[in-house]
Amino acid sequence: MKITEKEVRYVADLANLKLTGEEIVRLSKDLDEILTHIDTLNELDTSNVQPMAQVLYDAGENATLREDVERPCLDNVTALANAPLAGAGYFKVPKVIER
Amino acid sequence: MSAISSGISSFTIDQVRKGLAAREFSAVELAQSALDLARTENPKTNAYLHFSPERALAAAERVDRKLTSGEDPGVLAGVPVAVKDVIVTKGVRTTCGSRLLEHYVPPYDATAVIRLEQAGGIILGKTNCDEFAMGSSNENSAFGPVKNPWAPDRVPGGSSGGSAAVVAQGTAVVALGSDTGGSVRQPASFCGVVGVTPTYGRVSRYGLVAFASSLDHIGPLARTVKDAALVLQSIAGRDENDSTSAFAPLPDYVAALDGNVNGTRIGLPREYFEGLSSETGDLIAKGVALLKKLGCEVREISLPATKYAVACYYIIATAEASSNLARYDGVRYTTRAEAETLSDMYRSTRGAGFGAECKRRIMLGTYVLSHGYYDAYYLKAQKVRALIAEDFRKAFTEVDAIVAPVSPVPAFKIGEKIDDPLAMYLSDIYTITGDLAGIPCMSVPCGKTAAGLPVGMQILTRHFDEPGMFRLADAFEKAGGFAG
Repeated sequence: MKITEKEVRYVADLANLKLTGEEIVRLSKDLDEILTHIDTLNELDTSNVQPMAQVLYDAGENATLREDVERPCLDNVTALANAPLAGAGYFKVPKVIER
Repeated sequence: MSAISSGISSFTIDQVRKGLAAREFSAVELAQSALDLARTENPKTNAYLHFSPERALAAAERVDRKLTSGEDPGVLAGVPVAVKDVIVTKGVRTTCGSRLLEHYVPPYDATAVIRLEQAGGIILGKTNCDEFAMGSSNENSAFGPVKNPWAPDRVPGGSSGGSAAVVAQGTAVVALGSDTGGSVRQPASFCGVVGVTPTYGRVSRYGLVAFASSLDHIGPLARTVKDAALVLQSIAGRDENDSTSAFAPLPDYVAALDGNVNGTRIGLPREYFEGLSSETGDLIAKGVALLKKLGCEVREISLPATKYAVACYYIIATAEASSNLARYDGVRYTTRAEAETLSDMYRSTRGAGFGAECKRRIMLGTYVLSHGYYDAYYLKAQKVRALIAEDFRKAFTEVDAIVAPVSPVPAFKIGEKIDDPLAMYLSDIYTITGDLAGIPCMSVPCGKTAAGLPVGMQILTRHFDEPGMFRLADAFEKAGGFAG
């Protein structure tokens, strides 16, 4: 076993995912199979290989920077238009601070 | 109007231009007919999720005004276009095939969408796809699977299944898709249309809902190579809203379609011809024979890291996805599950909102990035990715293009693979390598199986050599009579 149900619960917690008991059983099996396949990477000696951190970059290091000038951005009403709950110009969420 | 009804489902961009120039129809008439046809035909495939008639007709009116005043209406003037529903459209719902974004109406347009309309394109609507572009069959859409226009019991491929299906079905002339591991090329292959994944950075991803940022591309689907080239020409080029978009000058892609492929050196990677279904293998072999007839020099090559590509991809793609999808937390994007605490609200929203495949990938991505595993998985995968890219770099010192299958099998039955995620992932083997290396690659139709299922052939070239890729694909399409 590459991964236990306990570990699946732990990872779901890290990922902020509420899973049902059924989903945990299923994911344990699926992730175990996939991680077992992923182990084939260990056949490759990569000790002298530089990781590929950049896919492709064809310009100077500052080329993507622009002048620091103000530009119009989304107005408050538009920015909040998709909020499940908004009020007084803000996104609203369940209370996080006890009075 | 008769010029429309007789040709609309097989129009090319050239035919639309000629019809408009000869006043056989106006852009508004064409847009209205295209919308009517798309609405009537859509129940057969479920390829469109929703339509954008107001936006389409407004764009068509602008084209008609330009035609009347003698202004250049653009290379895509009046052309009915479909856009995959992971690309944002201002004022038009963009769901990403997810329950979580069922009611999301973006406040801005993707750069590719702006450029399509600037070129005169008419956006008819948004196409179905696997949820957040995660899948190879379109079965992971929260809004039902898409049926393959050639065989309604089969998948159209994925994740851009809707975009491939509308082009094959004739309910759009061209479409935009997105490709992270084959999501444009594989459905193009399954639906018998042309699908292009350009060089990484060639097309701005501003407004493409992020799945795996080091792998995501926007690319066109079309019924001919020339139409795909014209769409890419319209949407490609540097965009200051996407810092990963390339500065490389934009060549004239249509000018490259000169048929001059005599002497082109083509490599067939040995590793890509193991494990093919016999019919797919036979059709690719016939395609290769046709390339030889056109004067191409064909030789076998080796890309030895290929067998590690699936494992490498499913680490990098899921790691990036787990981070990109963290934003769907019930605060900003329309859908929230009610809960007492903030933390429970996040968890319940995500638990109820994401489908099974998204959860699987978020879990895998979170696991490989979690404490103690980073070096063993993510760093290892980045090194293997470097080896895969190096394989291609070396190969392109010996050959000008690589020809390979797109998928080991033609379109499979709906439901056939959905319970075996690893088998589904392994079938992406021939397409994910191009994304990992960031090189341009495409699927061009190369015939049909005995049962009438289309099969695509893949062409891959050096970074930014879209002209060479299009030249070869266009010559091949014409010689084989494969244009849709």
